[in-house]
Amino acid sequence: MSSKVPDDAKSRYARDAARYRPRPPYLRNFLAAFFVGGAICAAGQVLHSAFVAQGLDDVEAGARMAAALIAVGALLTGLGVYDSLGRFAGAGSAIPISGFANSIVAPAMEFAREGYVLGMAAQMFVVAGPVIVYGVLAAFLSAAVRYLVLGTGG
Amino acid sequence: MRAIHAKHRVGRRSLVFPGRPSVLSTFTVAGPMEGQGPLGRAFDTVIPDTFYGERCWEQTESKMLREAIVHCIQAAGAAESDVDVLFTGDLLAQCIAGSYAARDLAVPHFGLYSACASFAEGLIAASAFLEGGFAAHAVVAVSSHHDAAERQFRFPTELGVQRPPTAQWTATLAAAVMLGYPGSPFAGGAGRVRITGATLGEVIDVGVKDPYDMGTAMAPAAVDTLATHFKDFGVPPSYYDVIVTGDLGAVGQRIAADLLESKGLAVKDRFQDCGLLLYDRARQDVHAGGSGAACSAGVFCAHFYRGMMNGSWRRILFAPTGALHSPVSSKQGEAIPAICHAVALEAV
Repeated sequence: MSSKVPDDAKSRYARDAARYRPRPPYLRNFLAAFFVGGAICAAGQVLHSAFVAQGLDDVEAGARMAAALIAVGALLTGLGVYDSLGRFAGAGSAIPISGFANSIVAPAMEFAREGYVLGMAAQMFVVAGPVIVYGVLAAFLSAAVRYLVLGTGG
Repeated sequence: MRAIHAKHRVGRRSLVFPGRPSVLSTFTVAGPMEGQGPLGRAFDTVIPDTFYGERCWEQTESKMLREAIVHCIQAAGAAESDVDVLFTGDLLAQCIAGSYAARDLAVPHFGLYSACASFAEGLIAASAFLEGGFAAHAVVAVSSHHDAAERQFRFPTELGVQRPPTAQWTATLAAAVMLGYPGSPFAGGAGRVRITGATLGEVIDVGVKDPYDMGTAMAPAAVDTLATHFKDFGVPPSYYDVIVTGDLGAVGQRIAADLLESKGLAVKDRFQDCGLLLYDRARQDVHAGGSGAACSAGVFCAHFYRGMMNGSWRRILFAPTGALHSPVSSKQGEAIPAICHAVALEAV
């Protein structure tokens, strides 16, 4: 069946309409992401150093630092602050682990209204799910490549 | 055959309403952010927070819609039993805002969906009911709620995401109008704003897939319906004091204006968009402007209807557009089909 708007008219419209589209403020977005993301990472480094100073080894201090950032990200989401931070900083607040916490707590909060089982629990990973699935898959594949190239052990 | 069976039809897609169904009353219930916008003082009610005493936003939207309907009927001095048919439109899946609002009303109900063009669809359907003698009084009411729409169409509201500058802000608003005939016993002689005609929209899909750029997706539908309107009625754009689109926003409105001008239709000196009037874009973080089913309806009631009543404008062509995609169709890679229905109004 032929389309009411032919394909060449569609591509012409896409080209013409693109001229009207305002450019995102790239420089401002880059700077906001750089400084907010950097500040979150610096806070993580301060925590890490503090835990090391308390006598924890590097791995334990890293785990505690990650848990602390997750807790803060979850808390700020619950207080309704993290979405405003995200609107300002974009990837700067989405990429660090506190953003991962935000991506789980935000749907959990919202879908709690449809019940704790079919709402909150079922929908909790609606945003983070793909990250977990493909993260685990990527980890498995890279481990498999490492095993094939280097053999077992380190 | 058409001459006999469709006597109120002109041209390819237009209707005339010789009985001139008229607006008897309007009522608006606005969200807090809309209350802080340039039209804040023109809304009948501004709710204090986005929940309005309910436990979820879908119920809030329904409550706002119900209050708009009830108070609109009261404002005309009528009772529920005087309303022969109620048309509602909203953006929630299965149109639950309208159904739950009508649950408590003893009024026959039709639920409509043309996304953000639903209000115009309702005005046309109600006018046809009146003109056909199937109703003496009808109510048309639509609603939208920012947070309820965000979670249905985009992301959970507390997720920290950055929106592109073409994105629009779904309005938290409900608006209702009661229509009847000139000389109706209600509204004490109001009804000075008459619906004289309409042009029905076709679904137009120009292949735009970005749900954050709905103005670009909808502009060609507005151009198609407006150009058809001027052709069917044989009038130039200057016949109207204002030509108003619903929520094309800053991007879509400029595209539509240029496309109409390129067809020889000089609209630019009288072209307005409800999405650009609802918020102060310099002060409120709404990117390309407002949107939502009730954006056009709320701005119509609070701004254009009042302006017609106080003599600022005599003739208005009101042409809201709707983006007819769903979250499912978007994920499946479909483009965004759009529609625009136009309603011609005249103050007497």
